[in-house]
Amino acid sequence: MLKRALAIISLLIIGYWLAQGLAGVPFGEDKMLVGQYYLDHVKEQTGAVNAVTAIVVNYRGFDTLGEVTVLFIASTGVGALLWRKKRERTAKTEGSIVLTTGTRLLVPFVMLFGVYIFIHGHLTPGGGFPGGATIATAFLLLYMAFITYEIPHKAFEKTEGIVGMAYVLVGLIGLAIGGYFLYDWIWQDWKFGADNIGRLFSGGFIPIIYTIIGLKVGTELSGIIDNMLKEEVSE
Amino acid sequence: MISVYYFGAITLILIGLYAVLVKKNLLKILIGLSIMETGVNLLLVSVGYVAGKSAPILSEGIGPAQAVDPIPQALVLTAIVIGVATTAMALSVAIILHEKYGTLNVEEIRRLRG
Repeated sequence: MLKRALAIISLLIIGYWLAQGLAGVPFGEDKMLVGQYYLDHVKEQTGAVNAVTAIVVNYRGFDTLGEVTVLFIASTGVGALLWRKKRERTAKTEGSIVLTTGTRLLVPFVMLFGVYIFIHGHLTPGGGFPGGATIATAFLLLYMAFITYEIPHKAFEKTEGIVGMAYVLVGLIGLAIGGYFLYDWIWQDWKFGADNIGRLFSGGFIPIIYTIIGLKVGTELSGIIDNMLKEEVSE
Repeated sequence: MISVYYFGAITLILIGLYAVLVKKNLLKILIGLSIMETGVNLLLVSVGYVAGKSAPILSEGIGPAQAVDPIPQALVLTAIVIGVATTAMALSVAIILHEKYGTLNVEEIRRLRG
C-alpha cells in the first residue's frame, strides 16, 4: 500500500512538472519553421501531394532506412530468441465454420487493400508501414482461422531479404547519379510525371520505396506472428 | 490552462509509468510500456496541431497555408514502428521467461536467479 501511495505521489509530481514544461508550448498555434518550407516546396521538389510521406521517404529518408533496420533486427531477434529445433503449431480447435468461410472470403480483400495503401502512399494517408501491417493482418487472420496454416517460409524469407537489399540499392543508384545517398533521380533528373502530380504515376521514387517497405514490413510482421504462435513439440 | 490533449497525453504517460513501477506481472509491465509509448506519440502529434487547419495532404482546397505541421506526424510514424518492434522483442523474452521459470512474476523470477 505504501509503495503504491509513494508511486502515485511521485507520479503526480512528475506530471505537474511535465505540465509546467508544456505550458510554454502553446497548443494549436503555428510553430512551423522547417515544416512550412516542406509544405511550400513538397510538390515541386518531390512530386508528391502527401507531405508526411514525402518527408518520411524523401527529405528524411535516412530515418526510414534506420526504421526498417530496427524492424528487421526485431524480426531477426524474435526468430533467434524463439529458435528451437522442432517447433510446430499446437492449436487444437479449428475456428468455427463461419470464421473459416469468412476468412476465405475476406483475406484477398484485406491484401488488396494493403497493396492499395502502400502503392498510393504519395497521394493518400498511409504508406508502406500501414500497408505492410494490413498485409500482415491478413496472414494473422489465416493463422487464427486455420490450425494448420503456415506461411510459405522460403518465399517469405527470400522476399524479405531481397526487398531490403532493393531499398539500399535504390539509395546507391541515387548516390551514383546524383551524388548523395537516397537521391531521388526519378524526379530530380527525369522529371517523371511532372505534369501528372496528384495522380498515380508521379511522386518520384516514393511509390517504389513504399512498395519495397510495404512488402518488407508485411513479410516481417507475418514472420514475427509465425514465430510467436509456434511451440516446441517433444517427441 | 493546459490543453486537454496535453493533459491526456501526460495522463497516459503517467498511467504507463505507474504500471511499470507498481505491477508485478511482466505482461502488465509491458502493457504499461505500450500505454506510455501511446502517450508520447499523442503528445508529439498534438504539439504539431495548428488550430483550424487540415491534414498535410495538399489536394484540392488544401494549400500549403491550410495544412498542419507534417514533421511531428513523420516522427510519430517512425516512433510507432519502433514501439512495435521493441514490444515484439519484449514479448518473446516474456515467452522464454515463462518457459524457463514457469512464472511471470518479476519478484519470483528475481528470487529464482542463481
